[in-house]
Amino acid sequence: MRFARYLPVIAAAALVVLLQVALSAADATYYMTQLTMSTYYVLVVIGLCLLMGYAGQVSLGHAGFFAIGGYTSAVLTTCNLVAWRDTAVIGGCRSLGLVVERQDLYGHTILCFSAWPAFFAAMLAAGLIAVLIGLPVIRLKGHYLAMATLGFGLIIYRIVLGAKWFGQADGISNVPPFPLFAGLQVNGRPAFRVENYYIAWTVVLAAMVLAINLVHSRVGRALRSIHQDEEAAHSLGVNTYRYKVCTFVFSALLAAAGGVLLTHYNGSIGPSEATVLKSVRYVAIVAVGGMGNLWGVLLMGMLLNFLSLRGVFGTYDDAVFGGILIGIMLFAPQGLLRAPAWRRVLHWLPGRRHG
Amino acid sequence: MDLAQIVQYCLAGITAGSVYAIVAIGFNIIYNTTGIINFAQGEFLIVGAMTAISLSGIMPLPAAILLAVAVTTLLGGIIERVFIRPARDASVLRLVVITIGVSIVIREAMLHVWDEKVRSLPYFSGTSLSTVTLLGAHISVQVLWVLGVSAVIVAGLTLFFRYTLTGRAMRACADDRMAASLCGVNVPRMVTLSFMLSAAIGALAGCVISPLTQTQYDMGAPLAIKGFTVAILGGLGNSMAAVAAGLLLGLLEALMVSQFQVAYKEAVSIVVLLLVLVFRPSGLFTRKELGTLRAA
Repeated sequence: MRFARYLPVIAAAALVVLLQVALSAADATYYMTQLTMSTYYVLVVIGLCLLMGYAGQVSLGHAGFFAIGGYTSAVLTTCNLVAWRDTAVIGGCRSLGLVVERQDLYGHTILCFSAWPAFFAAMLAAGLIAVLIGLPVIRLKGHYLAMATLGFGLIIYRIVLGAKWFGQADGISNVPPFPLFAGLQVNGRPAFRVENYYIAWTVVLAAMVLAINLVHSRVGRALRSIHQDEEAAHSLGVNTYRYKVCTFVFSALLAAAGGVLLTHYNGSIGPSEATVLKSVRYVAIVAVGGMGNLWGVLLMGMLLNFLSLRGVFGTYDDAVFGGILIGIMLFAPQGLLRAPAWRRVLHWLPGRRHG
Repeated sequence: MDLAQIVQYCLAGITAGSVYAIVAIGFNIIYNTTGIINFAQGEFLIVGAMTAISLSGIMPLPAAILLAVAVTTLLGGIIERVFIRPARDASVLRLVVITIGVSIVIREAMLHVWDEKVRSLPYFSGTSLSTVTLLGAHISVQVLWVLGVSAVIVAGLTLFFRYTLTGRAMRACADDRMAASLCGVNVPRMVTLSFMLSAAIGALAGCVISPLTQTQYDMGAPLAIKGFTVAILGGLGNSMAAVAAGLLLGLLEALMVSQFQVAYKEAVSIVVLLLVLVFRPSGLFTRKELGTLRAA
């Protein structure tokens, strides 16, 4: 039984390899750039799927956490510490390898934080903010929670748009690649395409394994009981509040990790990543994937983000996601994969009568 | 700050506040009959103003505004019929998510119809330079229009809900839908009507504020969140309290602008929203226990 749980992960990994081989054979590796970007966005929706589908809490502020991750890492890896070169703190950081020297675009030597400490700082920042926001906000229900998280997202957007530190409307560019280990690095240049495709998928499948384990553990059962009937769960001794806050923080961390990795991959981040429309887009993807259906959400996240990044929706990009949200909520609240029409088809397939 | 400056800031606050109050009343009207928060409320203001701006090119201003309000009212009714009614048995959360989708579709549609340019209606009387002087402060005549129209909307709604049969029927729905329908009130029609009514007052507010704040396709969301803050501050469903809360938030915002950067103006109302939601979700003006509202 336990093995069966991971079967889809192995199948997904096989598909990932197959897709790479097919794309390389067809000499269409340029698709991999958008696939890699979609994969990092999927990290956000996996977290949101746990929060919405399992804990039953909506968040319209996850683009905010994505931006907190991306911007923190971008600021730390691009800020120039040359002015403080001779201070004891920076000297100490340098000898520990936390601060490195590198050349900027114009050949000047600059001193800035290396990627790993920036990553951990970003996760720490996102985690702390998620705890601070989550503790009071998760007590709210329904539209109160929706509005409160929407408000949080708007504040983050205003801050990155207004603060000089975050580059205002231009955002931050020239973010260096993220050297992981053993020569691997998160780098958006064409030469690193295949390598990064696999890095991104490794991260996402690891997150999936984590999420699947969580769902099948005591925590997951507690979360589902909260979703079905919070008062009943509470009366059975489930600390509903703590579980909800923890899920909120976990999903925020996943979003922030996606933000950090995508920022290093793209080499830049801008305020458009922090908009409410982005948050709504994540919610729409979780809704299409079927709320509590991790694999459905992964599939839809890949598909919709890929199509959107390829520019298939043109100028109707955001409208498409709004329309998807309405359509799914009206006609197939269980998600596209479990839409009533499908069930009717499945019903006639042998062996699925009782499914 | 001298007296003239204080008066200036206060009036700016009251002007913005009265618009927030109208948005909040729009939220309340729909909340009362359906129990849902309509996230597309801010879009009604922008649709109204944009339609009026386009129409004002081909007809006199009063006619343009009237027609714009009519168009927006119709839009409100259509939204209810097409998106809300088919799903009326769904959970509150599902309905709220639908209204979020609707707000985005409307916004994107506006982007395609009116592009991203900032536009505005002409001043209702005089020009942008004509002012009246009050206690040494110079006040745009349009401010008086905003305050006057807001007062008329509030007074009109109060009379409507108190004295007309339809208004009373809508209040009956708010109290107890089942009981209302047993008494012969056509509840679905009242729900449609509530969407139309709040679209209408939204459109009107959008028109009067347009010469002062100008109008852009994506201004709906900030307006909606401020209106929601005000609605919560006054206690959801309580329209008279919303007026007081609106003025309060407007003044607070004006005070902040006088002291801090304009860029963070929006942060004020969101912080207020979060504080109220956390500490007093039933609003400042009610004594009801918190639990009932939280369970909504």
